[in-house]
Amino acid sequence: MNAVTTPAKLHDCRDAFVSVLERMAADNSKIVAVCNDSVGSSKLGGFKAKWPERLVNVGIAEQNMVGVGAGLANGGLLPFVCGASCFLTGRSLEQVKADIAYSNANVKLVGISSGMAYGELGPTHHSIEDFAWMRVLPNLPVIAPCDSIETAAAVEWAAQYEGPVFLRLSRVGVPDLLPPGHIFVPGKANLLRDGDAITLIANGTLTHRMMKAAAILAAQGIEARVLNMATVRPIDVEAVIAAASDTGAILTAEEHSTFGGLGSAIAEVVVAEAPVPMKILGVPGIFAPTGSAEFLLDEFGMSPDAIATAAQALIARKTGRA
Amino acid sequence: MQPNDLERIARQIRLRDLQAVYDAGAGHIGGEMSAIDILTALYFQVLRIWPEQPKHPDRDRFILSKGHVALALYVTLAKRGFLPEDEISTFLKPHSRLNGHPNCNKVPGVETNTGPLGHGLPVAVGIAKAAKLTGAGYHTYVLTGDGEMQEGSNWEAISSAAQFGLDNLTLIIDHNRFQQGAALKDTNDLAPFASKLQAFGWDVTEIDGNAMSEIIPALQHRTTRPHCIVAHTNKGHGISFMQDTVDWHHKVPNAEQYKIALAELSEVL
Repeated sequence: MNAVTTPAKLHDCRDAFVSVLERMAADNSKIVAVCNDSVGSSKLGGFKAKWPERLVNVGIAEQNMVGVGAGLANGGLLPFVCGASCFLTGRSLEQVKADIAYSNANVKLVGISSGMAYGELGPTHHSIEDFAWMRVLPNLPVIAPCDSIETAAAVEWAAQYEGPVFLRLSRVGVPDLLPPGHIFVPGKANLLRDGDAITLIANGTLTHRMMKAAAILAAQGIEARVLNMATVRPIDVEAVIAAASDTGAILTAEEHSTFGGLGSAIAEVVVAEAPVPMKILGVPGIFAPTGSAEFLLDEFGMSPDAIATAAQALIARKTGRA
Repeated sequence: MQPNDLERIARQIRLRDLQAVYDAGAGHIGGEMSAIDILTALYFQVLRIWPEQPKHPDRDRFILSKGHVALALYVTLAKRGFLPEDEISTFLKPHSRLNGHPNCNKVPGVETNTGPLGHGLPVAVGIAKAAKLTGAGYHTYVLTGDGEMQEGSNWEAISSAAQFGLDNLTLIIDHNRFQQGAALKDTNDLAPFASKLQAFGWDVTEIDGNAMSEIIPALQHRTTRPHCIVAHTNKGHGISFMQDTVDWHHKVPNAEQYKIALAELSEVL
């Protein structure tokens, strides 16, 4: 079985990001990193030590940072624009729209410390709106890897993809879930565990919690399907329809507002293509109270136990026992 | 090309711009007329460009940050051979690639999509910085409106251009003294621009932005710092009743006004 029975080693996905970035930059002189004074929080210290001239630090000026990224791409370079996701997406939203997405600039936007990674710092530093803000923009794939393996694979994919990309990374440690050598395919969910009672869909820091919830359900004789859906746009329509028709209920969880994120993207497909009972777990449209990311995820009903309970309620609804 | 030739081309561009605004029933004619001499000087004298190869890596870059005067750019690009001249008649029509703000993925010669103000200069800083990193020899020019300089993103970019030592970047401020609803001085008066740019470490030249003899040398000026040209222009330049009035930001001439404007622009062709 896939059940996680012993505490797995946790990885900070930023390490996987910079490791791949530096490996690619060694072979590709067009790769540059752009940041807003965020050398430390983006873990770009190693990159800076190796290629100081290729680290373009614009200072604390996110609108300029994104515009400069678009300009560097126009000049033939391959920029990875890195900053805390709350500022990169919120402060620069119009630049992301006009300079990057609408202009179809070959710029990789890397939102660091997304979700509630800056938990105790409060809602100004939470980035639980970024899926919603980014996924309405045409031309812009929106990707939230679930572990260090998927992060590395997604960064490699982004570098060779001709066009804008938004990568949403966390700093909160997560266990590896995908097999070594995993190849990232945009818009394709990964089946982590199969079952027919319900489908649990998540990405980023929530996927491993879904796996733990599935193990709890399995102990009660309930087999849940678990999908890791890193790509929020384009959403994997085929996998969502299959989940609805094969399991008859879908539960989503995300480190994001319940408005406009992964769950919403899935609901758009479910409602139109395959209506089944569904529930969206996330931050329920409020500014979060003080607490660490892990505390807040538990607080908002996304502990493995609470997810399992929500799944049982949804299964009861589908079978008419609620 | 002699200044007289460039002035003649600028008048032809003004005339075509006027006709297109009248036909479309929309446009930003005041700011188009103020900027057309600068656009003409760039595209017919200064820029190193190849219309048949609009993405040539060595091309000089020009960004129209005041994207609402897109029509003036379209007419100039068409006259320079980037797109068919008869396509101007599609301006603002359904499915035309010539909408109210330029699209780099549809219109050859456009470098980045502008429209919201305060976007062109940061992108230009990135383009100029890329040349510094790759050793490319192109020069980057960007044209903003004076009201547009109220956008804070411009000042982020101005500061970083100086920090990066971008001597391959020229900012032209179309200082026609009017924004959409009022005079700059009655809204949020940033003038004088020169001292502010100098304080940020830029080299500044002030010119009559509707005089070809002053525009060309200013655009060709090279220094060790980023260069700003404060181009003192007249909104509606070339059409007597439009000049220096806030009304003509995006007003469309009626039939009688159109006739007068046509006559004024035609008599000097």
